[in-house]
Amino acid sequence: MLNAKIPAGPLETKWNEYKGHCKLVNPANKRKLEVIVVGTGLAGASAAASLGEMGYKVKAFCFQDSPRRAHSIAAQGGINAAKNYQNDGDSVFRLFYDTIKGGDYRAREANVHRLAEVSTNIIDQCVAQGVPFAREYGGLLSNRSFGGTQVQRTFYAAGQTGQQLLIGAYQALERQVALGNVKMMARHEMLDVVMVEGKARGIIARNLVNGELERHFGHAVLLCTGGYGNVFYLSTNAMGSNVTAAWKAHRKGAAFANPCYTQIHPTCIPVSGDHQSKLTLMSESLRNDGRIWVPAKQGDTRKASDIPEEERDYYLERRYPAFGNLVPRDVASRAAKERCDAGYGVGTSKQAVYLDYAAAIERYGKIEVSKQGNDHASAEEIIALGKQVVKEKYGNLFDMYSKITGENPYEVPMRIYPAVHYTMGGLWVDYELQTSLPGVFALGEANFSDHGANRLGASALMQGLADGYFVIPYTLGNYLADEIYAKAISTDHPAFADAEKAVSDRINTLMNIKGKQSVESFHKRLGKIMWDKCGMARNEEGLKQAIAEVQALKAEFWSDVRIPGSINEMNPELDKANRVADFIELGELMCKDALNRNESCGGHFREEYQTPEGEALRDDANFMYVAAWEFAGESNWNLHKEALNYDVIKPSQRNYK
Amino acid sequence: MNLTLKVWRQQNTKADGKFETYQVKNISHEMSFLEMIDVLNEQLIVEGAEPVAFDHDCREGICGMCSMYIDGKPHGPWQANTTCQLHMRAFKDGDTITIEPWRANAFPVVKDLMVDRSAFDRIIQAGGYISVNTGNAVDGNSLPINKDKADAAFAAAMCIGCGACVAACKNSSAMLFLSAKVSHLALLPQGEPERKSRVMNMVAQMDKEGFGACTNTGACEATCPKEISLTNIARLNQEYLAASITSN
Repeated sequence: MLNAKIPAGPLETKWNEYKGHCKLVNPANKRKLEVIVVGTGLAGASAAASLGEMGYKVKAFCFQDSPRRAHSIAAQGGINAAKNYQNDGDSVFRLFYDTIKGGDYRAREANVHRLAEVSTNIIDQCVAQGVPFAREYGGLLSNRSFGGTQVQRTFYAAGQTGQQLLIGAYQALERQVALGNVKMMARHEMLDVVMVEGKARGIIARNLVNGELERHFGHAVLLCTGGYGNVFYLSTNAMGSNVTAAWKAHRKGAAFANPCYTQIHPTCIPVSGDHQSKLTLMSESLRNDGRIWVPAKQGDTRKASDIPEEERDYYLERRYPAFGNLVPRDVASRAAKERCDAGYGVGTSKQAVYLDYAAAIERYGKIEVSKQGNDHASAEEIIALGKQVVKEKYGNLFDMYSKITGENPYEVPMRIYPAVHYTMGGLWVDYELQTSLPGVFALGEANFSDHGANRLGASALMQGLADGYFVIPYTLGNYLADEIYAKAISTDHPAFADAEKAVSDRINTLMNIKGKQSVESFHKRLGKIMWDKCGMARNEEGLKQAIAEVQALKAEFWSDVRIPGSINEMNPELDKANRVADFIELGELMCKDALNRNESCGGHFREEYQTPEGEALRDDANFMYVAAWEFAGESNWNLHKEALNYDVIKPSQRNYK
Repeated sequence: MNLTLKVWRQQNTKADGKFETYQVKNISHEMSFLEMIDVLNEQLIVEGAEPVAFDHDCREGICGMCSMYIDGKPHGPWQANTTCQLHMRAFKDGDTITIEPWRANAFPVVKDLMVDRSAFDRIIQAGGYISVNTGNAVDGNSLPINKDKADAAFAAAMCIGCGACVAACKNSSAMLFLSAKVSHLALLPQGEPERKSRVMNMVAQMDKEGFGACTNTGACEATCPKEISLTNIARLNQEYLAASITSN
């Protein structure tokens, strides 16, 4: 069933060879070919813009009121590229190597190498669009460090890199809208794929303003719909982020790969109570300068400032001297959980650790006074200058922290705790980003391909834009070159009518349950099951319980959910119900995948499989494969294994010590 | 704390709207404002009523989706803040809070607190971009940009397109939004080739959308969650004037 279609030849020439030999579509034919793009984040907006520029007829969909609001906008820290502007030994190979290693040897070599190759083009493209990256006084681009690497290859725009990159892609998209090459459908949600003779030929979408179901034809469908972290209810995702489009494709035949690989980000603002609706990330870039610690004594209730230096445990620096506070996310998250579980946590909930800027403020302050040639600066002057530097680098993040917590992070250390942030799993795709459902492609976080079992910081933006700007324009052409004889299919075709009826029936069923519990309450319960039993640490018994609990929740949802309002109007509760119903099904599959994978790797940590030091213990002999799950009816899936072959890198135990 | 909420309810664009009054109890100081509305909505659903529709997505102050007047102020009482980042520490027990959608002709109400801001997208379509197709770019460091200019362009580009500037303006002017984009692109060398046509076309589109004129009262700047400066409007006027009196 699964053919990854990886080109033959040496790793570093595969992509060039592919580009040199893939089929092309001539300009006259491009005008006749229609492409549907669902989602307008970095992957979707860049794909829709690029395909529009090439001359395809594109329809782009997003559920927000404008394509500019997709959740890529919230990415803070930066975007990696192997530019080696810092002359610190970076190269395409090193970015490739870091990404494979960071992913705990569970990603495809060929895809990751291609990602590293095109990374440099992305920066050039964004600069040309007017993305205002941070610059040095000489006018050249600035870089910073991120976790899991020892070079400075991260480009950034303060703590708003995602926003600036998305606005760049959004502007390119709007330009194509103005030119008539892209038709933008905002406040629309895809609710099914339409298959005609084995190929995807369109979608059914709900117009969220008036509730009408609409039929849209396309010669191919691109799903750029992001990740599924909201299955946990609480995550750093936006409230609307969902798995529904991907899940519809899955139910029609697209395999879902490695669903259990979820990334728990180490530095988020801790939960403050039951009312919590989402969690907020504090960028990984803060670990460049901040030091993470807990009291050395269990249950220490003193204020942070009252705990002297020698009674603090900088546990990341202690356990991982080579990478210190910049270990990869999975390692940092588990280490925080370990300290809190052992009783060293801080704050009222004791589910938090400190991220402390005092040392960085002093260090930057000393640099500033020495720049000024001031040998007699007082401690206060040094601190004041240091705060200014920190404000320039991280000001917006510090402001956000203080608004949410009411504390001033320039004066007291921030309290942070891990939270669900990103999903490495997603729709299985081949080298061309095509899913196992012909004509359906998946880009960006929605696919599974590049990050293995753990994504490195500043690599999500890189992947989204790589897929949209530089990969899909070639690979989609290779597919569409064979479709030039396929005339546009009328949306009166029975396949469209059948798909619309199925969607409409499901909506009617949901509305007619008329039960007692709100959609939100089911979502919260699902999230709790998933976080407790399929979260940062998992074990066989817990996963088996979780599967039973999710199945029971599914039955309860379909018999007792209450959706107010009606169908033919704007109805956000109905939209949410559609999404939560799909999250429940996905939750079950995630637990099954986690149960199947009897090893620990990256973000997937099975308590039964760890080294004596508590590090993840992989089992390469039995699990060096992509687990691609084929839908086979309710609560039933067939597992297909795509073996991972490492021709260039030799897998070893990840070592950040 | 316990609060009284006066919320604007409107079934759709065509229907008439009115204020409804609700009580919410046991609201914690640590909640965000939108989490307080979540509590209200859960209560309404349980009572068999329709929850309040409102735009929101990222809930971390960057997507620009949330949009409401809180006691007459766009995004509520805090400075440089979005509704989603407003926390209930800002209120006290017994308060009555009035919540309304943006009021502007160019932003028709969709439902309850949701408005249609697609006019902003159309203003961007009129020229808020640099015409560079994918694959056309030269090396990112081939063109050094003065750091102060790059920083100023970034400060303008921080606009989140929420529309609070329009909502705060007595004329419902979109000048701050427009000037942020014109400034962002005019400050960068990449924006130079289309500099004149961009400002002319974007201003024409803004007028067509029915936004009002700017009378420099500065309410927009005072309200902007990203503190976009009024100097951008001065720059816009300068760009517009220069483009009007000189030819390409």
